[in-house]
Amino acid sequence: MKGNRRGALLGLPMTLWTAVFVGIVLLYLLALSFFTPTGEGYGVQPGFTLENYRRLLSPAYLQVLGKSLLLAFYTTLICLGLGYPFGYCMARAGRRWRGILMLLVIVPFWTNALVRIYGWKILLMGNGPVNDLLMALHLTDKPLKLLNTYGAVLLGMVYALIPFMILPVYSSVEKMDWSLVAAARDMGAGPMRAFVTVTLPLTAPGAMAGVVLTFVPAIGLFFISDLLGGATDMYVGNLVRDQMLKAKDLPFAAAVSVVLLILTLLILRLYRRFGGDSGDMTLF
Amino acid sequence: MRRKRVGSALFLAVMLVMLYLPVAVVVLYSFNANTSRFTFAFTGFSTQYYQGLLHDTKGLVSALMTSLELAAYSCGLSLVIGTLGALGLAGAQMRGKGAVETLSLLPVMIPEIILGFALMAVFTFAGVKNDMVKLVIAHVTFCVPYIYLVVKARLTGMDPSLNEAARDLGAGPVRAFFSVTLPLILPGVLSGTLLAFAMSLDDFVISFFVSDTTVTLPLKIYSSVKTGVSLQVNALCSVMLATVAIAVALSKLLSRKKEPGEMKNEE
Repeated sequence: MKGNRRGALLGLPMTLWTAVFVGIVLLYLLALSFFTPTGEGYGVQPGFTLENYRRLLSPAYLQVLGKSLLLAFYTTLICLGLGYPFGYCMARAGRRWRGILMLLVIVPFWTNALVRIYGWKILLMGNGPVNDLLMALHLTDKPLKLLNTYGAVLLGMVYALIPFMILPVYSSVEKMDWSLVAAARDMGAGPMRAFVTVTLPLTAPGAMAGVVLTFVPAIGLFFISDLLGGATDMYVGNLVRDQMLKAKDLPFAAAVSVVLLILTLLILRLYRRFGGDSGDMTLF
Repeated sequence: MRRKRVGSALFLAVMLVMLYLPVAVVVLYSFNANTSRFTFAFTGFSTQYYQGLLHDTKGLVSALMTSLELAAYSCGLSLVIGTLGALGLAGAQMRGKGAVETLSLLPVMIPEIILGFALMAVFTFAGVKNDMVKLVIAHVTFCVPYIYLVVKARLTGMDPSLNEAARDLGAGPVRAFFSVTLPLILPGVLSGTLLAFAMSLDDFVISFFVSDTTVTLPLKIYSSVKTGVSLQVNALCSVMLATVAIAVALSKLLSRKKEPGEMKNEE
């Protein structure tokens, strides 16, 4: 009992900080989404209107939302397709190699995210190295338009988020009990069958954590489409930013954020419902 | 069997090349002699951008200093809040613990843009004008979860009988904490803080929303990448990358030397 009181006291700074800067801040966000903008600077008129949400239901905005979800979906799918085998091979490598590979995966992510995306921008430019190489190999006569395309945005997204798939898959494959696979093989299962019936279900929690960890941030990233996609395509992230900076319409931006928040919480809820443990999501 | 190994090694190698390609390009172009703002064609070797960096002609170094200052404040505060939080909440069985934990982890679970925008809106409402205060509040909010998680993991792995033994031998609660618990969780506290520091230094989205005029390094890089880039950005990032690489190499060397001793302790 005494221990609990001391615990509560030690936890007080974190409890207060969380209550104010997460709890109250998100409640204000919710309230703000029902307010009306006054049109002067960032001014808002408190009240209760569903107008912001009604505007969000217009086809143009629904399309932005749909496109963002689709981009996040493709990003996650490619991350899974490349990251799962990567994490798997990494965990199956020799003991010495595992540490080295882990370091190799993490180090690029210690440089600023913007800089790495900017590196891709240089690579993909009309007169950049990739086009030079393609022309030197006579695969194309004139430079291809690689930058400011959907493909470039997708590449940037996958590049930025793939470690969040690799690491949980790696840890789930590494802690797997391989004698189970050996048992399946002894009972006559082929390597493919053993993989599908034993390895895959056992490593699914890692892959599922990876899916959540890539999909959720993918919905809100706006700087990648900004830098690699040109200003041609609008995603939810850009929408929130523009509503805030250009239109200065805080209530509408709040409504968009609330929809994103509810979507995220639903995904996290689903993840738990299907047996996901938030422990699998802590990478470090 | 052998063919499978070669296949997986090849796959890992190709993926790693893709992972490092943009980083390599950034470093390579930092030595470019070309000064044109519109084409990046590599025309020759030069250290001009490093020299420019020394005189900070583009304000990049001062942006880095701002970022380091911000990261130091935020991590210092988060270190205390997160560690105390883990010590208080991890063992205790109390009402509301689950709610506090879920809520405190939200900042790193939801898309950054939501927290960034929500904080900006609240600061506007409350009339908070000081950029550094706003930035520190925002960064502490997303740094605490990292430290909390790492320290908590360390605490759950700890044998509680060690603390009890110290108490049985006559140590007061404070003494037991400083001579038993703290040394055991210290590696967790350090690695959590390091992680939080890296996250703070790298944060773009949340700072973008919260800051009015203060320019952190990621904000500076963003604006210079959007409007004609100076390759000084590349030079600065190469220097930072080299610093990180050397730090990692050193820490690996040090921990390798320590390993045999640790093994003995475990036996």
